[in-house]
Amino acid sequence: MSTLHTEEMTLNMGPQHPSTHGVLRFVVRADGEVMREAIPDVGYLHRSIEKIAEKVGYHGFMPYTDRVDYVCAMFTNQGWGMACEKLAGIEVPHRGEYCRVIAAEFNRIASHLLSVGAMAMDIGAVTPFTHAIREREMINDLIEELCGARLTFNYMRIGGVAWDLPPGWREKALAYLDHFDPILEEYNALISWNKIYIERLANVGVITPAEAVNYNLVGPNLRACGIKWDIRKDIPYSVYPEFEFDVPIGDGHWGKLGDSMDRYVVRIREMAESSKILRQALQKIPGGPVLAKVARNFKPPAGECQIRLESGRGDMGWYLVSDGSGYPWRVHVRTGSFAAMGIIQKLSAGLMIADLVTLIASLDVIAPEIDR
Amino acid sequence: MESLQILERVKNKFADRVLETSEKAPDPFVVVDPKSIVEIGKFMNEDPDLAMDCLSNETGVDYKDRIEVVYHLFSYSKRHGAVLKVKLPRDNPSVATLEGVWKSANWMEREIFDLIGVNFEGHSDMRRILMPEDWIGHPQRKDFVEPAEYHGISTVRESPIIRLDTKKK
Repeated sequence: MSTLHTEEMTLNMGPQHPSTHGVLRFVVRADGEVMREAIPDVGYLHRSIEKIAEKVGYHGFMPYTDRVDYVCAMFTNQGWGMACEKLAGIEVPHRGEYCRVIAAEFNRIASHLLSVGAMAMDIGAVTPFTHAIREREMINDLIEELCGARLTFNYMRIGGVAWDLPPGWREKALAYLDHFDPILEEYNALISWNKIYIERLANVGVITPAEAVNYNLVGPNLRACGIKWDIRKDIPYSVYPEFEFDVPIGDGHWGKLGDSMDRYVVRIREMAESSKILRQALQKIPGGPVLAKVARNFKPPAGECQIRLESGRGDMGWYLVSDGSGYPWRVHVRTGSFAAMGIIQKLSAGLMIADLVTLIASLDVIAPEIDR
Repeated sequence: MESLQILERVKNKFADRVLETSEKAPDPFVVVDPKSIVEIGKFMNEDPDLAMDCLSNETGVDYKDRIEVVYHLFSYSKRHGAVLKVKLPRDNPSVATLEGVWKSANWMEREIFDLIGVNFEGHSDMRRILMPEDWIGHPQRKDFVEPAEYHGISTVRESPIIRLDTKKK
């Protein structure tokens, strides 16, 4: 039998491609259906947000932080607030912290819903996406009532949050959670335990725990590798120590530990945990002010600090350098998507081209968060 | 270990190569000799008491008279972290890459090269990452002047708001 003549080809995927979650581009070197390498090309959404911070001042930068990650903007708001508060030693009122946690956890559910829905759609199942988006819309409605925006919230301020919960909002939020918990079961029955879906995800894009740490993967991607690490538990911030919740980790139940299915299931389970936190927070929320007194002409003392918080995409680091003036000297955001993109080139060798889509979706990268 | 203890340990091991220490809260740091950053990085990664298995963040800061590269190290097994810095001259800053110790340095160093203009010796793929390949200059430098146009695309826009009071009659 004569051997088949094969030839390496170079394919371009993106920047406009329905499954790349924003504007990303890959240069794929493939032999038939099997990839030798997929080289990510990022930067299409670079708006130099860090440079803008140096020009607009501390309070003025808050709306811009929304644009760092528009899918879970509450966390970028909170990160910026926390960095400034840590440097200036401002204490957020107790109720303000509760409002932050409530808004942020709703946002986490919305972000994970988009992630798991879009993942199913990328694999080829369109219906689950509409189910996920339907639920996300309701959360958007709730958040809209809270702060007036559905995507770029600008809800938090240095020293707390801008507005208290509107009257009757708490009951609405609790009613939504009662509606949401069974929906998660419905969603699992619809797609998560579907045989074809599991076959597509299990054993694809396996990341070992050592690799995940070395490449600085964070959040659900790290936990899917079996590492029990959540900033909310391990470097506690805000009022998270007051709540009881579990940190779901991957166990390799469907294939190897750290495959795409593990990453998917961790996100599904995290939504249930967020719902738990929300119930406790809405029940226990104390009275009092929501915003500390912060000077309009806010000038933190000269110095530098880094804070870390658990965003929807994992550990987000804000590095802030101040020279004592009214404008930050340097701001740097270290985001989960940036690190996740860095590992794709390594993981792609030997994968099928169709699995590249699975891999990107399972790492849950958001283009503006990579490029900032 | 506390951050200060970690830095103390580094100072004891590399006494002559730790140039400066800041114990100022919230984040104390040490400034080390750029020539031995790989050696110190390797030590902190391999030492069983420090076990810094993760380079959590690496970034550059332009201070007008010098450029600093900041390393935020972190250990998942020991649950502690520390901050290292190197100071580089502003013209032609260059330091060895830490890619060999932590893989996550690869992209973060590309970003620093792109935005601040630090050259990382021995880096496997020293290309621009965020800006276009034909961009001139490094935007995060303090003296960077934004060009008026890029390939015929203007970078400024006239205000679309029509001021009635200044309109000519």
